[in-house]
Amino acid sequence: MALIDLSKKEVHCKVVYYGPGRCGKTTNLLYIHKAMDEKDRGKMLTIDTKGDRTLFFDLLPLNLGKISGFDIRIQLYTVPGQVMYEATRRLVLKGVDGLVYVADPLMVRRDRNIEGLEDLRRNLEKHNIKLEDMPLVLQYNKRDLCDTPIPTLTIEQLEQDLNSQLKTVYYEAVATTGVGVFETLTEITKRTVRHVAEKHLLTKI
Amino acid sequence: MADIIITAQSQEKAGNLIVNSLIKAGVRTALLIDSAGNVLANCGHEQQQIDIDAISLAALAAASLAATSQIAKLIGEDDFSLLFHKGKNGNIHFGRVGEELILITIFGDDVSLGLIRCRVAELSDGLAQIFEG
Repeated sequence: MALIDLSKKEVHCKVVYYGPGRCGKTTNLLYIHKAMDEKDRGKMLTIDTKGDRTLFFDLLPLNLGKISGFDIRIQLYTVPGQVMYEATRRLVLKGVDGLVYVADPLMVRRDRNIEGLEDLRRNLEKHNIKLEDMPLVLQYNKRDLCDTPIPTLTIEQLEQDLNSQLKTVYYEAVATTGVGVFETLTEITKRTVRHVAEKHLLTKI
Repeated sequence: MADIIITAQSQEKAGNLIVNSLIKAGVRTALLIDSAGNVLANCGHEQQQIDIDAISLAALAAASLAATSQIAKLIGEDDFSLLFHKGKNGNIHFGRVGEELILITIFGDDVSLGLIRCRVAELSDGLAQIFEG
């Protein structure tokens, strides 16, 4: 649910990073937090367990400059990835405007990636939103593991598993070093703002 | 959940309602947020206002009330309409306003909880009317 403040000329959008446990959602936010200038970002808020796993959500507010005279403010959220936290993920999805689905390339996590996307679809439906109607970008993370002996999924396999119906854009990434992190962020921001603008600004202002 | 559009007029109306009812009664800070964690209005006494990270507070409050609502369902209630935390120097009260909004009130021991509850209940319809129509 975007918030459009006509008096301050601001648009606030909520983007949620979704995906199975340990896929690198929080790592994406941490890298963005580290790389962005302090004046363009707010404080990063994290609610995690002692083992560094997200318990409720992470939040990183960003100021992304002006579009058509409106200041664009994006709040990035992550969800806890573990299967048992489905109810928590549903709460964080409330009012979402854009989604990044982060997939894990490990062969042993193949089913988790597919289940995670189904879980996202199901949780969105509980908010009366169709996954196909939302701005969505896929991120195939941890691509550096492909150069190691660990069995990993190829891009073709990931595309087949996750993107054969959605047919949305994907980025390869290594969130720990920042590869693909800002490309993903830029694309989802563009899509989300365009989605909100098409719904309101172009028709109502 | 529909998007919310704030105009200068709606912001002024909401601000006036909150200031006249809560801030003039001694409340330090009042934040009106939506259930996705966006800040719609932020009012307070300049001298008394503590340095608050409104964005984090709004996100946590929305999450906390959403979690509370799930707890309510577990014990067979539809929802709990308010949440209150008492601190050493300050207290915080969260009240639902209409379907999608939450009014957060931060106040000291010089203001009674009963007064806050009455004022928030009185304000609720007016504020919901402004933003939810």
